[in-house]
Order: sequence, then structure tokens, then C-alpha cells
Amino acid sequence: MGNRAPHQVAKMVDVITWVMLVLGSGLVLVGGIGILRMPDVYTRLHAGGITDTLGAGLILVGLMTQSGWGGATIKLCLILAFLFFTNPTASHLLARTALKFGVKPQPESKKGSSSKV
Amino acid sequence: MYTLTAAALLVTMGLVLARAILGPTLFDRILATNAIATKMTLLIAVIGFLTDRPDFLDIALLYALINYIATLAALRYVRAGQSVASNNGEPRTPPSC
Repeated sequence: MGNRAPHQVAKMVDVITWVMLVLGSGLVLVGGIGILRMPDVYTRLHAGGITDTLGAGLILVGLMTQSGWGGATIKLCLILAFLFFTNPTASHLLARTALKFGVKPQPESKKGSSSKV
Repeated sequence: MYTLTAAALLVTMGLVLARAILGPTLFDRILATNAIATKMTLLIAVIGFLTDRPDFLDIALLYALINYIATLAALRYVRAGQSVASNNGEPRTPPSC
């Protein structure tokens, strides 16, 4: 990587950031649609949880590549680490409380019956 | 680049808000609140980069912290209420959780 002209490196970093941000926002969109479309609480938790950590991770790492080795990158790392640890625990507690509260996971709905939104 | 990400985040928050309104059970609403707050954290960070103000990242970090505490408090409140409700009214000895 050393012998590249500086402006080429800057352009590559921009391309990497662009790709990461687009992928991250795409995943976040998939998460939003998943939360809306899934039949019951547990599958919604599944849909929300998956894309939260990866979608948020991609967006934050995309911002990190943009901000270089500065103070902003440290804060972004803190946010990323915090989201990685707390989202799964919150989802776990939510699923357990829902189960204890008596919310029944819906069995596989019949083929062709569109799940009511 | 940032406006695209911010727009996608806003659309997602709209979708999740629809789930919060439609959500039949209480836990859908708690889940939707948690999801919206996580998206808001990302939105604050992206807008911080959009308007070139690095101090937005502290706000985003604080927002992520508060969101986590809010979700836990809501769930703990539901669990406390549930043990009273299922004990037809009179409070039960506090659960040893």
C-alpha cells in the first residue's frame, strides 16, 4: 500500500466508506421490514436483532474509515462496542419476559395465508 | 453518502414506528422502542458527520446508554407488575432475580 499516490489512497478510503454505508443502510432497512412483517414477537426480535448489530456495525465502521485515526474513531468504537454488548442482552431479556408473560410463539402459519400486518 | 444513509435510517424508523403502533402485544412496542432508539443513535452519528460536528458522537453514545436502561426498566416494570397481577392483587415477596 505504500507506493500509492496519496490522492489514490483517499479515493479508495472514500469508496470503502461508501460501500460500507450503503450496505449498512440496506441491512438496517431489511431489519425495519423484518420487524414489520414477521408474524409474532419472537421472530420480530430475531429480525430486529440480527440487522441491528450488523447493520449498525457496518454504518459505524463506515464512519470510522471516514474519520481516520482521531478522537471521533474512539467514540465510534465505544458506541459500536456498547451496541454489540447491549442489544443481545436486551433482546434476550425481552424474549424471556414475553415467554414468562405467556406470549405464545405462533406456529408456522398455513401456506398462502398472508400474515396480517 | 451521508444523506442516503440518513434517509434509509429515517425510512426504517418509520417502518418500526408502524410496528410500534400496530404491535398487538406490549412486547412489540418495547421492541419497537428499542429498535427506534438504536436507529436514532446511528442517525445522530451520521448527522454529526453530515454537519461536520464531532461532538454529536457523545450525544449518540449517551443516547445508546439511555436506551438500554429504558428497555431494561420497562421490562423489569412489566415483570414486577406481572407477579402482582398473577397473585390477584396483593403484592408478592420480591422475586430474588
